[in-house]
Amino acid sequence: MNISRRRFLGVAGAMITASAAGNPKHAFATRKPKAPPNPYGCVVDLTACVGCRTCEQACNRVNHLPPPKERLDDRTVLDQKRRPSTGAFTVINRYYSGRHDQQNQLVPTYVKVQCMHCQDPACASACITGALHKQENGAVTYDKSKCVGCRYCLVACPFQIPAYEYFDPLSPRVRKCTFCYDRISQDGRPGCAAACPMEAITFGNRKMLLEVTRRKIAANPMRYINKIYGEFEVGGTSWMYISKEPFEKLGFLTLPHYPMPHLTETIQHTIFSYMWAPITLFTILAGVMWKINPEQINHDPELHAQQPQHAQEEYV
Amino acid sequence: MSSHPHPKPAPLGIRFWTPGALVLFAVMLMGFCFIIARYLGGLAVVSNLDNQHPWGLWIGIDVATGVALAAGGFTTAAIAHIFGRHQYEAVTRPALLTATLGYTFVAIGLAIDVGRSWALPKPIMFWQGNSVLFEVAMCVVVYTHVLYIEFMPIVVERFRGRVNLPGPFAILNDRVERLLELADSILDKVMWVFIIAGVVLSCMHQSGLGSLMLIAPTKLHPLWYTPILPLLFLTSAIAAGYPMVVFETTVATASFKRADEMEVLAPLTGVTKYLLGIYIALKIGDMMVRGTYVYLFDGSIESRSFIVEMLAMIVPWFMLMSQRLRSKRHTLFVACTTIVLGIALNRCNVFLIGFNPPYAAKSYFPSISEMAITACLLCSITFLYRLAVTYLPVLSAPSLESLEKEPS
Ligand code: SF4
Ligand code: SF4
Ligand code: SF4
Repeated sequence: MNISRRRFLGVAGAMITASAAGNPKHAFATRKPKAPPNPYGCVVDLTACVGCRTCEQACNRVNHLPPPKERLDDRTVLDQKRRPSTGAFTVINRYYSGRHDQQNQLVPTYVKVQCMHCQDPACASACITGALHKQENGAVTYDKSKCVGCRYCLVACPFQIPAYEYFDPLSPRVRKCTFCYDRISQDGRPGCAAACPMEAITFGNRKMLLEVTRRKIAANPMRYINKIYGEFEVGGTSWMYISKEPFEKLGFLTLPHYPMPHLTETIQHTIFSYMWAPITLFTILAGVMWKINPEQINHDPELHAQQPQHAQEEYV
Repeated sequence: MSSHPHPKPAPLGIRFWTPGALVLFAVMLMGFCFIIARYLGGLAVVSNLDNQHPWGLWIGIDVATGVALAAGGFTTAAIAHIFGRHQYEAVTRPALLTATLGYTFVAIGLAIDVGRSWALPKPIMFWQGNSVLFEVAMCVVVYTHVLYIEFMPIVVERFRGRVNLPGPFAILNDRVERLLELADSILDKVMWVFIIAGVVLSCMHQSGLGSLMLIAPTKLHPLWYTPILPLLFLTSAIAAGYPMVVFETTVATASFKRADEMEVLAPLTGVTKYLLGIYIALKIGDMMVRGTYVYLFDGSIESRSFIVEMLAMIVPWFMLMSQRLRSKRHTLFVACTTIVLGIALNRCNVFLIGFNPPYAAKSYFPSISEMAITACLLCSITFLYRLAVTYLPVLSAPSLESLEKEPS
């Protein structure tokens, strides 16, 4: 191995180290959680929901969407495991956990699905322009005037919530539950929470909600399992659930308790703080070039003349 | 190899419209119809993308693989211009051309893929430093311009001293000439900055592409999800650089009936065996550390795809280790092509095959029109490559005829 090749490998090593500087462990300590301090939240009591889908209807109304395409008295849609879509920001699905009641009938559980309004949302961290943004009051909002349509937010969301208007050729939007941002900013309640006839959706300050809900679970150990889904999942979410059945049996995902953007943001900020890594790499390479291949920098005509000059024919 | 000074690059000056070129053109036209359909009916009409699978073939092949395989541009620039190995200068121009075309078509592919093509420049206005995609996009934008600047001397060299504008524009001849003169002298002095900047930008976004999926730990299969994914993307892109140069140079010299340049290509891949070795070692080491070998033989599509991907790296690595196989044109070509395909499969694995959205009702497979558009972009690159080497001084391999006349 001759000298310049060895140098080449040495510098290759330097490049690798530079890019590897985003050591995740070291970084986990440095990235502060981003959650707003005092957001609103909602708790959905799955033991109270009867699957009437009034919330779906209310949601479409307050968001100026056409009414749900599945009729409200059609109970079969409950088993279709629908996902939120461009025409419905929230949907109700029915699950059977396998438990029977006194008449030996399977007991259904109805699960409302909408954006969880994560405390430290993956979608907002991923978004290339910041079109998705976590507001101080807890809502994760979307600004179509910034959106490029890259759909990285759909890739990033761990709950698979955002829906995309694939049928629009020129200006498709990302659609998802808005947490009724305008309503809750004016001391109102979200459309779905206000409409629910069973009062299954409790809206309020997230911290206070958590306290109240913990007390409620402690007071009714027969009615609830001891878990608030969303208290810790992906660093906490503004929408949370309580249930009698284990959440895994109701279509809920088992998710890590750290915020999804942890690793990526740490790598990004470790490498790009003050652009130290690119600048270092540039300096190293410039040094190498200056040492090994100075004619590239100096353009010394004599050095240049040594290069093979051959076949100078006209090519017109 | 310095006993015979390598001839200077020159335009090939061959007949452009051969049957092959016509086929390329036909595929381009066909794909173009699908592109029109996409702008009339939306992505839903031409693609199988849905809310569960927001990224498909275009991101996997046109963007991720395209960027990885354009790495030949910065790796050859590094070895010839920074590390001063002048014997490799013969391949820097074709590699630079591929990279320039490659990145141009990454941008075009992205414009087709994003929903609001007209909004593509918005990240320049709305900075979002937390987003990996933002970093990648910025680097790609800047690097594409750097590539154009690096390519400029080739154009200047072609037209300097023989500017001859048609008809009434002839009065401008003098000015254009002086402009080229000026460009040439400026470019000469500052080119080193762009060459190094190109390498730095490449390292940044090649690794950045690998960070993209790190935001979805619950969706990407554990065989690929690793915190060192950015490092793997960077090392594999660097390792793929020279094999890609071998691949395209061999195809080009064969189809244009030129000397095979083996005296440049064979030693070039001597470096590859170390670079590829580093990548393979990292990949296997990572699998051992994270214990993901438990998924290796579970018979799933992911495990099979992972095994194929690894074999497509390890087998050619052994081939490159053998001096004998490496110095033969055919075996070298086979080894390098395998590496190129392996890298493509790796990118598809990370972005498509290993991507498992938990609520997906069906799995994703690209539609015919998605494939047609990808084929259209690939053919356009080949077509423009042919156009460029025909009229610009890019390739320097002597033609076989001239070699027969005076054997060297
Ligand atoms: S659930 Fe998904 S879309 Fe909603 S805030 Fe969280 S990451 Fe964003
Ligand atoms: S699709 Fe729009 S909202 Fe989603 S990440 Fe891209 S730019 Fe942001
Ligand atoms: S909070 Fe508003 S947007 Fe979200 S599901 Fe309820 S009604 Fe719909």
